[in-house]
Amino acid sequence: MKIALRDLWPRGFARLAMLILALIASTAAAHAADKTEEELEHARLVRHGAEIFQRCTACHRIGVDATNRIGPQLNNLIGRKAGSIDGARYSEAMKRAGEDGLVWTTTTLDAFLSDPPAFIEGTTMGLRGVADEGERKALIVYLEAFSLGAADIPEIAVTPPRRSDPKPADEIMAIKGDPEFGEYLSGECLTCHQPSGANKGIPSIIGWPTEDFVIAMHAYKTQSRKHPVMRMIAGRLSDEEIASLAAFFQTKTK
Amino acid sequence: MSISRRRFVVGATVSTAALAAPSILRADTKPKVVVIGGGAGGGTAARYIAKGSKGAIDVTLVEPQKTYTTCFFSNLYIGGFRSFDSITHTYKDLESAVGVKVAHDYAKSIDRKAKVVTLADGSTVPYNKLVVAPGISMKWDSVTGYSADAAEKMPHAWQAGPQTQLLKSKIEAMKEGGTFVMIAPPNPYRCPPGPYERISMVAHVLSKKNPKAKIIILDPKEKFSKQALFMEGWQELYPGMIEWIPASLHGGIKSINPDTGAIETDLDVFKSDVANVIPAQTAGEIAVKSGLANDSGFCPIVPSSMQSQADDNIYILGDATIAGDMPKSGYSANSQAKVCANAVRGALTGSRVFPAKYSNTCWSLVGTDNGVKVGANYEAKPEKITKTSGFISKTGEDAALRKATYEESLGWYAGISNDIFGA
Repeated sequence: MKIALRDLWPRGFARLAMLILALIASTAAAHAADKTEEELEHARLVRHGAEIFQRCTACHRIGVDATNRIGPQLNNLIGRKAGSIDGARYSEAMKRAGEDGLVWTTTTLDAFLSDPPAFIEGTTMGLRGVADEGERKALIVYLEAFSLGAADIPEIAVTPPRRSDPKPADEIMAIKGDPEFGEYLSGECLTCHQPSGANKGIPSIIGWPTEDFVIAMHAYKTQSRKHPVMRMIAGRLSDEEIASLAAFFQTKTK
Repeated sequence: MSISRRRFVVGATVSTAALAAPSILRADTKPKVVVIGGGAGGGTAARYIAKGSKGAIDVTLVEPQKTYTTCFFSNLYIGGFRSFDSITHTYKDLESAVGVKVAHDYAKSIDRKAKVVTLADGSTVPYNKLVVAPGISMKWDSVTGYSADAAEKMPHAWQAGPQTQLLKSKIEAMKEGGTFVMIAPPNPYRCPPGPYERISMVAHVLSKKNPKAKIIILDPKEKFSKQALFMEGWQELYPGMIEWIPASLHGGIKSINPDTGAIETDLDVFKSDVANVIPAQTAGEIAVKSGLANDSGFCPIVPSSMQSQADDNIYILGDATIAGDMPKSGYSANSQAKVCANAVRGALTGSRVFPAKYSNTCWSLVGTDNGVKVGANYEAKPEKITKTSGFISKTGEDAALRKATYEESLGWYAGISNDIFGA
């Protein structure tokens, strides 16, 4: 029995998660009677929140192995001082808010997510906010489930956030860019994307991790992302040029 | 051994002295770049040459105006979507952030042999490389009866500033049910979709304040940029208000009378209450006067560097150039300026020169939250700058997409004005 479990483990969290998810799905009805109304509602909200969270995955990670990406990792968010994760990129406004005493609770998070720039003027979070109250609630319940002291860490905790962008071939991901070349090429980007990190109407690309940058640019290049200007710009960039831009923008700070 | 050591010590002393007084000793040896014109082309070139060379190149920008009002988005000011202040910029950041010297004066002449620019006040500025980005000059005689004086009565508003304010005030003061007539320019001209975006903005204002007013466009052309998109928008947003009359219908503009507002064509005499006359254009006067333009009135350039075909030490940018397939736009000028800055730095300091890349996008506003765009990539082929790929908004797009396109244009404006003038 022990051996069987050990055999299963190294295949990774993902497989385990799928197994658990399948189990949940197939046994949900059978176990319905065992769960309280409240527990069922909580589980439903977490599932719904996981769907909403897909909107955040361009910049944020959560769950096992989550690291800071464009935005900070979101484990243990509830109870955390705003702008306080070491090594994460924050706007000055977010850091100031934390220093002024902002702590993420379900209430402050709800206010922030309903209209981010209204709550923290100068935030560089690209998401315009989650206008729908129900969606916001589900998202917060989901985030709460990854926080310390969560009563019931959801099984889907181990589901890695799905990204919709295809990952380019390993050879492409491995290309080492030339930041000086990237700086020259960046002139084209800076016509629209501001070096200050301002992101009104056009998102910020300052300080992006190289991997995210390369994946996003190849998604435009291969037409899997839709924006026509970016398809055109990325369409004529070679793999080396994309790597060089990524190398340049990663080092650039606001 | 002792000799070589002494030599070493002496040498070290000399170089320390040089470091201690760099401004005096190096001032004469630093390569000099002069940029004529502080718009999208010149402002960007000055910034990128100064910034990229990190003080190794002495950059002087010659620009008569203390503030610069961008032509791009000036139609949005006419339409009431932007304030005049929000499209007006200063040169302070170019001076303080990247150390560009700004001489607020007209460039009167260029002595290409001596490599010296003479300013209107008589002072001279020597250069190793000169960037000429003077924008456009009006060809007043392209419309019989039109002149610089007449432009006070029938504004062109094709160089943003007081002309734009004058046109806006005339539109707002137009009598009820009056007629606004635009004489559109012949190709090639600054900002291909510009006249038609302007019509959209005038219609936007009139449809609210003066709904019985009429708008007539007398066009010397048979078609225009983003035509299907504009016409779709006009029909939907301003039904019955706008009449576009191409050359084949009006037969040609014979003359205009700025005092009476009459505009005579082969077809008819149109009586305008407010007229917006956008004449044919040439490269800015200094470029023509200095022998940099050809018979077309615009300046041929080397596609890979934006160098003048007439002079290796001169680079020309933006609306003044014949830039192959690239339209005359602020975005184009900004894009060309970066290629030029890279080439100029390479020529003067030996920094790496990368292959030319050009791009352009033109956003236009048709009505509230209703933006459209057209854009393309270009590469430097030996014979000309050549379009490689492009896109255009489609007719029938949904409101959300049009709104997103408009918001994107706001982001672009913030981005490009920051790229030229700084924060």
